[in-house]
Amino acid sequence: MDLTLKIWRQKNANSKGKMETYQVKDISEDTSFLEMLDILNNDLESKGEDPVHFDHDCREGICGMCSLYINGHPHGPQQTTTCQLHMRSFKDGDTITIEPWRAAAFPVVKDLVVDRTAFDRIIQSGGYVSVNTGGVPDANELPIPKVVADEAMDAATCIGCGACVAACKNASAMLFVSAKVSHLALLPQGKVEAAQRAQKMVAQMDEEGFGACTNTGACSAECPKEIDLTNIARLNREYLSASFAAE
Amino acid sequence: MKLDSKIPEGPIGEKWGRHKFGVKLVNPANKRKYDVIVVGTGLAGASAAASLAELGYNVKAFCFQDSPRRAHSIAAQGGINAAKNYQNDGDSVFRLFYDTVKGGDYRSREANVHRLAEVSVNIIDQCVAQGVPFAREYGGLLANRSFGGAQVSRTFYAKGQTGQQLLLGAYSALSRQVANGKVKLYTRTEMMDLVMVDGKAKGIVTRNLLTGAIESHSAHAVLLCTGGYGNVFYLSTNAMGSNVTAAWRAHRKGALFANPCFTQIHPTCIPVHGENQSKLTLMSESLRNDGRVWVPKTVELAEKIRSGTTKASDLPEDQRDYYLEAKYPSFGNLVPRDVASRNAKVVCDEGRGVGGTGLAVYLDFRDAIKRDGRDTIAGKYGNLFDIYEKITGDDPYSVPMMIYPAVHYTMGGLWVDYNLQTTIPGLYALGEANFSDHGANRLGASALMQGLADGYFVIPYTIGDFLAGEPYTKPSTDQSEFKEAEKAVKDQIDKLISINGSKPVDHFHKRLGKVMWDYCGMSRTEEGLKKAKKMVQEIKEEFWKDVKVIGTNEELNMTLEKANRVADFLELGELMIDDALDRNESCGGHFREESQTEEGEAKRDDENYSYVSAWEYTGEGKDEKLHKEELVFENVKLTQRSYK
Repeated sequence: MDLTLKIWRQKNANSKGKMETYQVKDISEDTSFLEMLDILNNDLESKGEDPVHFDHDCREGICGMCSLYINGHPHGPQQTTTCQLHMRSFKDGDTITIEPWRAAAFPVVKDLVVDRTAFDRIIQSGGYVSVNTGGVPDANELPIPKVVADEAMDAATCIGCGACVAACKNASAMLFVSAKVSHLALLPQGKVEAAQRAQKMVAQMDEEGFGACTNTGACSAECPKEIDLTNIARLNREYLSASFAAE
Repeated sequence: MKLDSKIPEGPIGEKWGRHKFGVKLVNPANKRKYDVIVVGTGLAGASAAASLAELGYNVKAFCFQDSPRRAHSIAAQGGINAAKNYQNDGDSVFRLFYDTVKGGDYRSREANVHRLAEVSVNIIDQCVAQGVPFAREYGGLLANRSFGGAQVSRTFYAKGQTGQQLLLGAYSALSRQVANGKVKLYTRTEMMDLVMVDGKAKGIVTRNLLTGAIESHSAHAVLLCTGGYGNVFYLSTNAMGSNVTAAWRAHRKGALFANPCFTQIHPTCIPVHGENQSKLTLMSESLRNDGRVWVPKTVELAEKIRSGTTKASDLPEDQRDYYLEAKYPSFGNLVPRDVASRNAKVVCDEGRGVGGTGLAVYLDFRDAIKRDGRDTIAGKYGNLFDIYEKITGDDPYSVPMMIYPAVHYTMGGLWVDYNLQTTIPGLYALGEANFSDHGANRLGASALMQGLADGYFVIPYTIGDFLAGEPYTKPSTDQSEFKEAEKAVKDQIDKLISINGSKPVDHFHKRLGKVMWDYCGMSRTEEGLKKAKKMVQEIKEEFWKDVKVIGTNEELNMTLEKANRVADFLELGELMIDDALDRNESCGGHFREESQTEEGEAKRDDENYSYVSAWEYTGEGKDEKLHKEELVFENVKLTQRSYK
């Protein structure tokens, strides 16, 4: 198939960006979206032009490094990561618009690459159980009901890609934060520090400049790992009960 | 050079305990006087960085990704082994040890493997305490499964995302130490060279991938936790950024590289679709627990399927060849990875392969779904089936999956002694970056185990033995050794940019990958390897004359990053070929056609090749020098592996 691509080009964080138009030809439907961009970049490099920079690594939908806002949706038309999107989701003659994540807390670094270190700082503020290596009890000493473990697993499956922020009109990071808070609050190991954790992580989230949550659910609808909106409800409860406990 | 593996004295079960008592300790108050550099933040790197920081050392952790959580350990699917014997099915530390040495086709070091089996149980405890949501039974206890040819159920798992959950556990421990100020994190930063002062590793030179700044960092010890080198094949299941640069540049500075030709070809990957393919995706081999591997009985039938005139699901039972079940009745579809891979190649070479290219075999769940029901199968493999459908557009619940082997893991790596120290004092290699535990073939669910064992439970003890003898002062990065290393890095970058040739970096990488796959892949011959060596040398020469790197150093420049990495892969490729040529036996993932049994199975030659090959860099364009570490087996009986 032949396609027209409209891609955000921006030399670096300080320069002004703009949309540029490119053509790619003879793309097979089995090609992945990122491979299609590889083909474009190969063409550009052969002509001596600067290739389009985009983040990617594992290309199997788990590392969370790829981003791309495609035709108005984070990760494009399917509920998956961009690296798992294949060209069979498009048709010959389509025009595809590709932009970086747009959020004040995720500044553009170059072209389609953004800085998501805000997520790391949120985890650093409390997204862990405070245990050192060694000296822990036997793994089976603490039975955890299967339903609880499964629910924690569903929350823990977040890949930290930032699609939730990109999808949100307020660029809120509530789904990301709530997934980590839920994962640990559900498990007995994480309960000990649950109150502090919710408060610290929310405070850090605010400090990073993410917007407020207005419960539209766009985040969950676009999440490639289908992180559920109930996690946000749980975060609100954890946060609220933590503030009571603090008083 | 004499290779001293520093294996402790005593019976196998007491070596590690004695060693832990024997090593020197660093006083708790003095640990803060030592700085440790950790390169890579996967399972090995993140767990080491966190554990060392908890002990009180000052750690600097580096990764080329935008966050430590993205390291490729995250993509491991199936699980992690541990000798917990929770299932009461006869497992033990000794059995895990035995299986691992045997599975590695007797080319690993007994003492290291036994230690790995010993600490495996601690890993599970540690991960659970961190909140890793392992799969559980209804009674609330941990669930296990049998995995990758093991005859006991010792594999712990978190859906098909075990690597992700373990890495996020290690990442959370690392993040906690970042918050505590004990770890300083450098993301989007790539190690470009190792710096040695008076024969010891004292620091690294890095490139800031955002600004291009070349910087030096000094420390008392350097840990390379930089993963494997499977991307030398261009197409592999590794992440796009996975590379050998850190390990290779340490090798050029004197660290010996061990068993480079030992690569693991994983049998269950999604087949290649075409020329523009950028990477291969693994389907967890846990699928082989329920899926049955087959190809059509005859070439004619396979042709009909390839042309689309016959559908696979319409083929009656007597026209299907379940070749693994037929050939290996006791292990069936669960034979080790190398055996499964080679057999897939054999049937495809016979012309019985399926799919568009003829380079695929079926992995069929029809019978399992009939037996257990769709829901049960979906519960076990749902996410894997989804991945498969997203990539191929086929629904594995109704049509058989297609799979083909792909490069997945490299058992070879930097040579390390029992302390995980390389041949350079103060330089350590952990996880996939070293060679020590998997011999010539790694068993399923053992990579995660080794990465975490090295990081959580080995290096925190063994590094003290070295640091205790080191002065607190560390060299200044203004010293000539650092300045010279920085200059060499800058010179190479300038050279790459100034070539301004006619072909993009990927052109050379693809060509290298094809040569490696064709001649140094699933089966190897003397003739083919000799030919391949010449071809790799030619590609390398052409690369340095004709590569085109767009842009400058002083910006985010992914082409330049790739060019740096491919330059090292070109050198490594040649060494892998030399190693494969030297080893005129078949063992594990290394199959020399000259050395096979009458039935076409791999034939080891213990008399002549029971050694670790450790290669010494001798200079640009020169053949490397081979050193041998003889392997001694006191606890395991060497047998020709048989999975019949």
